[in-house]
Amino acid sequence: MSEVKAMAFEGPDDSGHFGPYGGIFVGETLIAAVAELEKVYKELSGNKEFWCEFDKELKHYVGRPSPLYFAERLTNYCGGAQIYLKREDLNHTGAHKVNNTIGQALLAKHMDKTRIIAETGAGQHGVASATVAARLGLECHVYMGAEDIVRQAPNVYRMKLLGANVVSVDSGSRTLKDAMNEALRDWATNVDDTYYIIGTVAGPHPYPQLVRDFQCVIGREAREQSFEQIGRLPEALVACVGGGSNAIGLFHPFLKDKNVSMYGVEAGGHGLDTTEHAAPLNAGIPGVLHGNRTYLMTDDSGQIMETHSISAGLDYPGVGPEHAWLKDIDRVKYVAATDSEALAAFHKLTHLEGIIPALESSHAVAYGMQLAADMDCSQCIIINLSGRGDKDIETVAKLEEIDL
Amino acid sequence: MSRIAAITKKARQEGNKLLIPYLVAGDPGLPETVRLMRALVANGADIIELGIPFSDPASDGPVIQRGVERSLARGTTLIDGLEVVREFRQTDQTTPIVLMGYLNPIEIMGYEVFIQKAIEVGVDGVLVVDMPPSESAVLHGQLQTAGIDTIYLVSPTTNACRAVSIAGHSSGYLYYVSLKGVTGAALTDYESVRKNIEELRKLTDLPIVIGFGIKDGESARAMAELSDGVVIGSALVAEVAELADSEGISDEQISSSIAVIKNARNAINTIG
Repeated sequence: MSEVKAMAFEGPDDSGHFGPYGGIFVGETLIAAVAELEKVYKELSGNKEFWCEFDKELKHYVGRPSPLYFAERLTNYCGGAQIYLKREDLNHTGAHKVNNTIGQALLAKHMDKTRIIAETGAGQHGVASATVAARLGLECHVYMGAEDIVRQAPNVYRMKLLGANVVSVDSGSRTLKDAMNEALRDWATNVDDTYYIIGTVAGPHPYPQLVRDFQCVIGREAREQSFEQIGRLPEALVACVGGGSNAIGLFHPFLKDKNVSMYGVEAGGHGLDTTEHAAPLNAGIPGVLHGNRTYLMTDDSGQIMETHSISAGLDYPGVGPEHAWLKDIDRVKYVAATDSEALAAFHKLTHLEGIIPALESSHAVAYGMQLAADMDCSQCIIINLSGRGDKDIETVAKLEEIDL
Repeated sequence: MSRIAAITKKARQEGNKLLIPYLVAGDPGLPETVRLMRALVANGADIIELGIPFSDPASDGPVIQRGVERSLARGTTLIDGLEVVREFRQTDQTTPIVLMGYLNPIEIMGYEVFIQKAIEVGVDGVLVVDMPPSESAVLHGQLQTAGIDTIYLVSPTTNACRAVSIAGHSSGYLYYVSLKGVTGAALTDYESVRKNIEELRKLTDLPIVIGFGIKDGESARAMAELSDGVVIGSALVAEVAELADSEGISDEQISSSIAVIKNARNAINTIG
């Protein structure tokens, strides 16, 4: 990789762009709030004490570092590269999402905000936000599409147990994107006392940057663990991509390791040849939504399309702007796994390793298994197991017509 | 001189206040939008803001969201919105039209195609809610070359330094957002609006109009007293919503669905 390309990983630039992507596309009322956040984050992220506080939270509250686990039986089944799983499913609250909410809660605390809002699709980010809000004694409102509230009932109840107010969003397609619109409306209305915890590497600058920085703990650990356990870097990394926070967290610390290939796996839904998927990097075009320019699922007249995925957490028409950039400069290869491939992988991992993966993560497992099968047994790959699948067992049972 | 500059200049000279209704293009249908626009002008509208529907209107409250959903359910596109302007221009060459909406439909159409079409049909100004000046260099430059005004928002959270910069980028008029929140929210704190407009006056000579939360004659009068004019959106869209399920909408129905604008005009005209 050339020197010019190495510079390409230093983003975002001062105005919050990754090449042509990212930026700040919000209404005027929110500009001051975004600017304040940028200023505070710039100060704190240069401050060692802040990161010590963050690391301490991750260690004692989240339970990090998460293991890098050699999936021996899955490896034997695939018959190719050795498969390692980065076990984000073992984090407190059951997914990688909490890495980010811990970080942003610290920012909220430093900014003296008393009220937290969040959007959620599958409910994992909502639970992780409600969790940190409970711990810090902050008021918490989670916006969730009415459709998703039905699909993810256990997580709705978890949020309520944690003291959060779950607000049902009935506008638009009643899913994650609409929940994000509603959270942006709340933020504009309550901008003085409210901190908006965005759950993925999207939204206006500085969110894509700060969420990435908090999630990079995944890749930093995985890199160290690779040297300890494998004695070298892996040949490839695989992670699912909805908004893309777990993927960027794993990939980013490896971007300059030119021999490490990276695969982001989008939700292929019923197939990329249909319109029922959520794979903007594979089948979308650049546009502007939710504060940033990125690849989107948008129709010819610029309306955002409804997406489909078996997993609520990947059911989003956009993707983080840094992924859009990494696609364009060809550093990461973006592929897709269909609903049925993800479901098959869900079962396979459960049977062979005794680990029930989230349906989101099952997309990464599905592609990782294919990839490993085509590689040599002397090679290694790391699949990010971004979350556990307990929340999904009702969905899976229903799909398979099993009455619980 | 642009149509917007001409009308704002005339209003200032004569001591009149601008009344700017906002409608969603295609709500309840495209022909009805044109009829509503003509009725609005006949009843005292000075400029019309024509909303281009977008699937994710993150700065709008529930009333305009539903108007947008009604319009999109009929398949309204940005091209349809531009065609509404063309149709309106068949009989009205003087009333300025400002297209108001979100960036994505314009991005997907392509800036050059959009501007070419906007000139062709007679658009006077463009207000893109989610495109602050820092992100608008390219589109703004092209609009300027085309002689189309670019209108930006200033809000209660905008500091003085930024307000100066926004005013420097704006042409036509400056749109002051009366409250922290979304369109159609309750506007209660007139005093802080007064103070902020006073500050803003010191920073720019551009005409300043106030929008968000103006819902009747009384609030229109109060806000117009402080500024060069008012924008009324949600309150009008709420009345237009009543037409949604009607077949063969009569002129009387059109006329009664713009009552809030008539009331606002009458109330504003009482300003001494």
